[in-house]
Amino acid sequence: MKLPIYLDYNATTPVDPQVVEAMMPFFTESFGNAASRNHAFGWQVEQVVEDARESIGSAIGASGKEIVFTSGATESNNLAILGVAEFYQKKGKHIITSPIEHKAVIDPCQALEQRGYEITFLDVDKDGCIDLKQLEESIREDTILVSLMAGNNEIGTLNPLKEIGEITRAKGVIFHTDATQAVGKIPIDVDEMKIDLLSMTAHKMYGPKGVGALYVRRKKPRVRLSPIMFGGGHERGMRSGTLNVTGIVGFAKALELSISEISSEAERLIGLRQRLFERLSAELDYIFLNGHPTQRLPNNLNLSFGYVEGESLMMGVSDLAVSSGSACTSASLEPSYVLRALGVGDDLAHSSIRFGMGRFTTVEEVDYTADKIIVAVKRLREMSPLYEMVKEGVDLSTVEWSSH
Amino acid sequence: MAYSEKVIDHYSEPRNVGSLDKSDNSVGTGLVGAPECGDVMKLQIQVDPETKEIVDAKFKTFGCGSAIASSSLATEWVKGKSIDEAMSIQNTEIVEELSLPPVKIHCSVLAEDAIKAAITDYKSRNQD
Repeated sequence: MKLPIYLDYNATTPVDPQVVEAMMPFFTESFGNAASRNHAFGWQVEQVVEDARESIGSAIGASGKEIVFTSGATESNNLAILGVAEFYQKKGKHIITSPIEHKAVIDPCQALEQRGYEITFLDVDKDGCIDLKQLEESIREDTILVSLMAGNNEIGTLNPLKEIGEITRAKGVIFHTDATQAVGKIPIDVDEMKIDLLSMTAHKMYGPKGVGALYVRRKKPRVRLSPIMFGGGHERGMRSGTLNVTGIVGFAKALELSISEISSEAERLIGLRQRLFERLSAELDYIFLNGHPTQRLPNNLNLSFGYVEGESLMMGVSDLAVSSGSACTSASLEPSYVLRALGVGDDLAHSSIRFGMGRFTTVEEVDYTADKIIVAVKRLREMSPLYEMVKEGVDLSTVEWSSH
Repeated sequence: MAYSEKVIDHYSEPRNVGSLDKSDNSVGTGLVGAPECGDVMKLQIQVDPETKEIVDAKFKTFGCGSAIASSSLATEWVKGKSIDEAMSIQNTEIVEELSLPPVKIHCSVLAEDAIKAAITDYKSRNQD
């Protein structure tokens, strides 16, 4: 077993060696510009790009023509939201989303708010689930877009895409989903789920960074977008810019590999996730699961270790690469907005750790992780005044704290 | 974020972790911070009633590595000092000693507050 152990697969993933191999020829030998229509260098890579487009489309039940390549999910989300807002502004200026979306969805929505659009943030319950009835009731005459993520990057909770799609299609509203964490991990079919726009990125599925795609539905209904970048008119005018051929080839290969083992890998990851949770729960008290217990990404475990601050815990397990919702790990000094939206108290938000498992995670690594965390939590609780007070029977909510 | 060697040292081997009997009149207890802010420090001092010298100090901290290090250092520094001398410890001295980055200065402020709160508690129990 090699240290440190990488357990942050929800942040990014290593590129699979098979993906690197597939990409290699397109750096040096087949280096053409896919838009060069008048010589062999261009034709060759154009065909490769079209094959990749077809392959990526088919992985989500779409056709290649519906795939617009981008630089990644942030750009895909921006293009979907800003592009729909601009194109359909005569129809209306109302958008529905949720408070636990990725910032790449929330921030463009808030930018639109400044430009006179109205944004409705749906409520989420303690597990991060939306209320479908509230979604249905929130849709108005002037609603142009519903943007709800497939799987949450922090807490792993999955949205019921099919049920959301039924509602939006019946109401004639465009449905965008940020499926960055979900594609290649759980089955997605844009027709069955009635998805109109879908964002994805290669680097969460063992592909390279800097390449992603937006699925844009072409039929029943046809979805239109105004571009947010202007130039050579690539990608049917929706996204100008020379295609990242190496990235696109790697993306297609990475998705193909993920899809080929999607159910067995999900099962394996759920097993590892359960093993880690059970081992920790057996040894530690005051441990809380963030996110939905079963409707969650196979590879995500988000736990709050009561009375232990997240950053100090990460410091105690320096050979584990995990992430925390603690304020101290961000520049803002605010704990995770996702956990806050769930109603997790700020004290427990400060105590949260996200474990992200993936293709190269082993049982041995999970067991090592559990042992390390148990030792560190116990040690930090020995020096936690809160743990001491709780053990003495003090109700912490009755203490008058001097906030600073 | 990279931690300074001294922060790592105090975090790995914190000095004076523990609790003193808070009902003992020679003990002063300071509890500062709030769980929702991500830092709570409990710092206790034991004072010699004759010499007014701090003979022992203990702490427990819920907080990041810098908060733990700041309170650990604070207990080291107050030991052997008179309560008046301890009262004059400034957070800036803690910042300097531990090389805390700007984003962690509040940890040192909290440690200074904890020292002052413990001394205030001791004084209120031992009014002449």
